Amino acid sequence: MGATASHLGKDLLSEYQELTFLTKQEILLAHKRFTELLSREDKNLPEPRAPTEAILTLPELKSNPFRERIVRVFSTSESRDGLTFEDFLDLLSAFSDSATLEIKSHYAFRIFDFDDDGTLDENDLEKLVNCLTGETDDTRLTPDEMKQLISNILEESDIDKDGTVNLSEFQHVISRSPDFVSSFKIVL
Amino acid sequence: MPSRTIGRNRGAILSQYYNRTLQLRMRRQSRPSLRDLPHSSRPSLRGYRVESDFSETDSRAESVRRQALVSNLQKLSVSDRVRMLRTMPLSMADKRQSSVSLVLPEDPLPSSGQIRVTSAQVLCHRRRPGSYCTACVLVTAHSLQLWQVALKRVGGRFGTGVLSYFLFLKTLLFFNLFLFLVTGLFLVLPQAVHPPPAVHPPPAVHPPPAVHPPQAVHAPQTPQLPQGPASFSGLELLTGGGYFSDSVMYYGYYSDTTLNRDCDNNGSLPSPGGWRGLDCARQGLSYSMPLAYFFTIGTAFFITCIILVFSMSRSFGQSFRVEQSTSLLAMKAFCSWDFKVVKTSSVALMSENIGTQLRELLADVTRNHANQTAGQRLWRLLVHGLAWTVCSGSTVACALAVHYLAQHMHAVRVLQARGEGGAGGVAADPLLSEARLLALPVGVSLINLLLPGLFNAAGWMEEYDSPSVRNSVAIARNLMLKVSLLSVLCFHWLGREATSGLQCWESFVGQELYRFLLMDFLFTLLDTLLGEFLWRLFSEKVLKKSRRPVFDIARNVLELIYGQTLAWLGVLFTPLLPGVQIIKLLLLFYIKMSSVMLNCQAPRKPYRASKMTTVFITLLCFPSFLGASVCVTYTMWSIAPSRACGPFRGLSTMMQAGRLWVEQLRDANPHLTWLATAHSYLVENPLFLFVAAGVFLIIIYFNSQVVGGQRKVIALLQEQIKNEGEDKKFLIRQLQNTHAKKRDAPARRSQQDSAC
Repeated sequence: MGATASHLGKDLLSEYQELTFLTKQEILLAHKRFTELLSREDKNLPEPRAPTEAILTLPELKSNPFRERIVRVFSTSESRDGLTFEDFLDLLSAFSDSATLEIKSHYAFRIFDFDDDGTLDENDLEKLVNCLTGETDDTRLTPDEMKQLISNILEESDIDKDGTVNLSEFQHVISRSPDFVSSFKIVL
Repeated sequence: MPSRTIGRNRGAILSQYYNRTLQLRMRRQSRPSLRDLPHSSRPSLRGYRVESDFSETDSRAESVRRQALVSNLQKLSVSDRVRMLRTMPLSMADKRQSSVSLVLPEDPLPSSGQIRVTSAQVLCHRRRPGSYCTACVLVTAHSLQLWQVALKRVGGRFGTGVLSYFLFLKTLLFFNLFLFLVTGLFLVLPQAVHPPPAVHPPPAVHPPPAVHPPQAVHAPQTPQLPQGPASFSGLELLTGGGYFSDSVMYYGYYSDTTLNRDCDNNGSLPSPGGWRGLDCARQGLSYSMPLAYFFTIGTAFFITCIILVFSMSRSFGQSFRVEQSTSLLAMKAFCSWDFKVVKTSSVALMSENIGTQLRELLADVTRNHANQTAGQRLWRLLVHGLAWTVCSGSTVACALAVHYLAQHMHAVRVLQARGEGGAGGVAADPLLSEARLLALPVGVSLINLLLPGLFNAAGWMEEYDSPSVRNSVAIARNLMLKVSLLSVLCFHWLGREATSGLQCWESFVGQELYRFLLMDFLFTLLDTLLGEFLWRLFSEKVLKKSRRPVFDIARNVLELIYGQTLAWLGVLFTPLLPGVQIIKLLLLFYIKMSSVMLNCQAPRKPYRASKMTTVFITLLCFPSFLGASVCVTYTMWSIAPSRACGPFRGLSTMMQAGRLWVEQLRDANPHLTWLATAHSYLVENPLFLFVAAGVFLIIIYFNSQVVGGQRKVIALLQEQIKNEGEDKKFLIRQLQNTHAKKRDAPARRSQQDSAC
């Protein structure tokens, strides 16, 4: 039951509306933008998959330091490469205005989990902070500062003291910040 | 380890949501009895099924779980089912697999139109249904497509902080639109369709101290003849007088009679109170202007109050956190990245800011706050005291200056009116006398522009513990200035102008408010031009720095709130003032947007957008709206309306209109005596207000106690989690020791055997 690249069926549209947090206009706009990313041959396939490089050219994702992680997390292929239209809708739904805090924190956790092992350990936290502070050397933290920062973060958020931050602990930290919901948003 | 994979893989998510749907069903039906819950020595596990580690390859177990979930989903109501499906963090393919099996013959899904639950309704069902629903829909309707592209550009470049200013502007626009529609429909339109006669009542009816036409502004040539509408000179747009003074814009134009259509004893003759038209009213369409005026203004204020309180409580609920936050570093690491920001240079700036903030926070957390010596603390106190003295002193000085200026202007006006009326000769240049009216608004706007700069300068020399304290102090000082200015002006208008005996003081006050609003707008434009545009040119060309000015969000929002207060004060006297405010806000939006894009850079300090939005909505509700409604209520309750103009001429107070109507109803229909008694007890008796306030206070106290209790419970639960973590580690260590012993035991036995 795939969507042909040119036109979304009405049943499909209503089904997408039920299963995601997006409105009808948002889904149609997403469809338009997605088909622009596909190459000519791919457009005729039943379940076209846009390659990761094409998706990373979207202006909303182009400068985001987490862009590769985002595509990996939402991709349903075995090699975690490329998004189908439904994956793309999942992405937009999780980043939309009306998504719940729970969905957003769940996906944020998976995006920050760089090694995909289910928890945020020290390596994950280090990569996260490096992504946050940028590419250039003078904005990054020194190794000492990084070590200090990571141990402070773990001390504050690791409640069961197992040395890693799991999903529940992450969600606990997130729930205390009222700005998270408004900053975890991408709008086409 | 179980805790690592909770919620991670598909099987775990399916079984987690199976539990949730089960709980939802049980909650919907009845409370589960304690007997049904499995016993456990650990209170945390009671009532939950322990989710053991699942491997993804066990597809048969997974399909079993999926079936269980689907069967549970079928038993829920439609909206619950949709909500559950949406909130499951699974991929679309998985969700469609689950939802396809939901289509069963005995559960006839109606046409897809019914299932299509709009996001507004989903939002409603998440919170308490019913009462919040209509307001939810209203609020979601507010987030229409207006200015969507422009707001996205601003958010993409400057982040959530600056965006919140523009969203606040949009909110104010909707408030004013509502007010404008209400007053336009019920007041302006009927009066414009039935204009009152141009002849104003002859002075002999109510001899005022000096004979002059109702508009005291206009310098008359011959005071006895009626004045037709003056010719339109450009100054009207600034002063609101002249051509506009005898138009639908002001209170004085409105008739105090019942507007009737096909009627002989047409109520165009001004009769005191205008209540004689009842027989006529039964024949044709009748529209009682005084009643309409009274009830429209009252209802508009009441509805605005409700909407404000609702949005304030919603915003407060979103940003208030029961637990005191101690995990600043973790929060900053996890929550500070703004995914909305799109432009590459802004992203680089944001990374730099976050790096700086992390370093500062780290330094704060690890630094030992050495106790300051007594001398240092005393010095800090002295500096704070000095700054506060400077600020409050300048505020008081400016308030006094405004007071004396207003007094002087008033005296000049009285003298002018009296002098001209008596001498009947020398008339001052009308344009000059009108332009002189602009002196007070210009003075007040100048003070509003310059004094916050002085406060900032005073704030620089002070030393604060954290930037948020500095921010709050700056806002408090600015607020204090505006509140004192507005209270001096209100005292002047309602205390002095109203009782001065000049004709049609309400129209004059309306004109004053129009002038103030306009001057405020012009000075904001001036500030944008000087503060942002010229400063950027200056710093680029002369100072050769690439640092652009920063958009001061708090100061701009306070300006908006000040303007809105003026608009609310003026609705009673100038029913078209919300329209003026709408035009002003529209222009302000586009000007500020282009100025921000061209001239400013993103703020460097951390800006807690949702907390500040709550503060601003609270400021809009409390000093601003409350003050305006208190002034309006005071005007309606105790000040005598002017005798020669307006819909309430001849009555002792404006409230009397309502009272007379109720009495009239009672006379006409004896069954409605309860209405009259209810009116006299509820509206006129202050005891009701005291009782209502008392109930309110009790509710607030109760809620604060509940919050205190919840904080204690949170602390206890955190202790408990920590202890259970320790238990888990202990048990795992024991397990490992036992396994190790078991492994060593046969090895030792074989060693002993071989030793033999």
